[in-house]
Amino acid sequence: MTKPQSLFEKIWKAHEVVSISDEESLIYIDKIFLHERTGSIALQSLHSSGRTVRHPSKVFCTMDHIVDTFPGRNDKTLMPGGTNFIVSTRKEASKAGINLFDLNDPRQGISHIVAAESGIALPGSTLVCPDSHTCTLGGIGLLAWGIGSTEAEHALATSTLRVKKPRSMKVIFDGMCQPGVTAKDMILFLISQYGVSGGAGYAIEFAGTGVLGLESEARMTLCNMAVEFSAFTGFVAPDQKTVEYVIGRDFAPRGSDLKIAKVYWQNLHTDVGALFDKEIVVDCSKIRPSVSWGTNPSQVIPIDDNIPKLEMIEAITDRLAAQKALKYMDLEPGMELKGLPIDGAFIGSCTNSRLSDLRLAANFLRGKKVSNKVAAICVPGSTKIKIKAEEEGLDKIFIDAGFEWREAGCSMCFYAGGETFGAGKRVISSTNRNFEGRQGPNTRTHIASPLTVAASACAGSICGAYDA
Amino acid sequence: MREFRQHVGIAAPLPLPNIDTDTIIPSREMKHVSKTGLAQGLFSGWRYLNERKKEPNPEFVLNQHRYRETTILVTGENFGCGSSREHAVWALLEYGIRSIIAPSFGRIFLTNCVRNGILPAAINENQCLDILSLITDQNIENRIEIDLEKNLITLSNGKSFQFELNSTDRENLLNGWDMIDKTLINQKEIIEFEKKDQPNRPWQYR
Ligand code: SF4
Repeated sequence: MTKPQSLFEKIWKAHEVVSISDEESLIYIDKIFLHERTGSIALQSLHSSGRTVRHPSKVFCTMDHIVDTFPGRNDKTLMPGGTNFIVSTRKEASKAGINLFDLNDPRQGISHIVAAESGIALPGSTLVCPDSHTCTLGGIGLLAWGIGSTEAEHALATSTLRVKKPRSMKVIFDGMCQPGVTAKDMILFLISQYGVSGGAGYAIEFAGTGVLGLESEARMTLCNMAVEFSAFTGFVAPDQKTVEYVIGRDFAPRGSDLKIAKVYWQNLHTDVGALFDKEIVVDCSKIRPSVSWGTNPSQVIPIDDNIPKLEMIEAITDRLAAQKALKYMDLEPGMELKGLPIDGAFIGSCTNSRLSDLRLAANFLRGKKVSNKVAAICVPGSTKIKIKAEEEGLDKIFIDAGFEWREAGCSMCFYAGGETFGAGKRVISSTNRNFEGRQGPNTRTHIASPLTVAASACAGSICGAYDA
Repeated sequence: MREFRQHVGIAAPLPLPNIDTDTIIPSREMKHVSKTGLAQGLFSGWRYLNERKKEPNPEFVLNQHRYRETTILVTGENFGCGSSREHAVWALLEYGIRSIIAPSFGRIFLTNCVRNGILPAAINENQCLDILSLITDQNIENRIEIDLEKNLITLSNGKSFQFELNSTDRENLLNGWDMIDKTLINQKEIIEFEKKDQPNRPWQYR
């Protein structure tokens, strides 16, 4: 009998071209995704060293980070020098002969969203992108991870990467979550319990009834923040839901290919008895809607808890970091988060801007109004999502409630010198990073689920959907 | 790529865990499609009182006289976590940083360092606190010697520490190899892999 294998082991083996040493393997890369922020420099550098893209048809590029999200946008953008990134990406992409989802292309959107919704990321495959949130795609059962630009050049030129094999971890979300608790709250809970380095060095399989119960889109939200847990990547074994999600998408297999693919995908699970280097079990009933109070994604508490007192934080360096974070956030140890007035609310990003996120928020917002003290913005993750949402009338609900409704892109998930809620402003955001300055110099970011963002926007202060 | 064997230089303390790449170089400082022109933006949120005018913040360590010639950073765990931006490494490199000493590093950042000739030297938490307290002590010279051949960090008072780096990255740094050239040695295996894989997963080759 063959030894039981984990899904990670299976995908790794299926992509191992050669084992270079005890620690490193040459891994075959099925798909490469680029965006105008970091892809432009990778292509430019590759070309200037006289190299070419080995398989242009396996390489995709979108415009998401720098493009404006204002209606009627063009190559001009608020980011100083931004146009240059857009124009040079277009030029390099055409020189390389890769697939480009340019502005005004109906397939444009945030890379990690587009790669899934266009059927580019497929179960059991490998995909890399010079962007840390590439792990999002693990939600449909593949190994997808973020790399640097030099590594991207390597992948473009050779269709491979030299990868040190990560250890394997299984995180079991056991039981069902309470109403109002979303995939975002699940991953925030995990990081708050085990720290931002909790997953360092591991490829993490998310499993258990709590994960099985999630739809593909929510699984991507869960995997999106595996990088905030410092994991190599995170993924969920594909199941019937995954196959249904994938079939029929633009670049997904069809006809006879699909027949073979369906059989291939069936074997993509962890065998009974397979061993992991580490296992964590999370009791889903303990998870509550959560919000961050600090400047890293482990500094998170349930909405109605108090910010920890400094003496409760054991490690000295963590205490120092908490002190610095509270100063930046203009908060005091021990104080309540609930009821804290906010200036801005943002629904968007590769974490939470899929159709299901927009539906969830819109459902809450129907017939309600955003507080007049709050600037509220909703940015769909892709042009396709935007169009679908408009077909369903979600745009109207957002607009009627007082949200701005935008074109697809990363938008205010990060600040590149363009748009910001402003210095000293307090923002509740469905994004993944609450780092200092992430949304603008001295902007104070509280990350939460889109549902909590919607509820807080209406209340004008931090608040859960069920308290509203 | 520039090779790394030995280096002697001034070390500056950044005693915080989880310093992310947004902090190392904020996105707003990545103004051109280029690997250069980034040093000015290094740590800009902390380094300047007024970022637009680049007015130095006297409190920030790299602005202090004693640390003006810094080429080594000593910092807390998980340094370089967050965004994959290689600009963080290019900015450090352009500023003159040759090595970073910390208990651990962000994964993508660590590879980015090695690919650009910066040595990420991992030591345990207590050793790190030791080095931090020594280089902060005004009575001790904050010059550090790092020897990659011996995996050894030596402080000016003679104290020394072994650091860790996996053998693959160590070898690549010592030799300054170009990874693409190195991988192309396996060209034949890559082609064979594709030939064997294609009938099993034809959809990946359309
Ligand atoms: S939405 Fe935010 S986190 Fe996601 S890729 Fe864009 S900038 Fe990065």
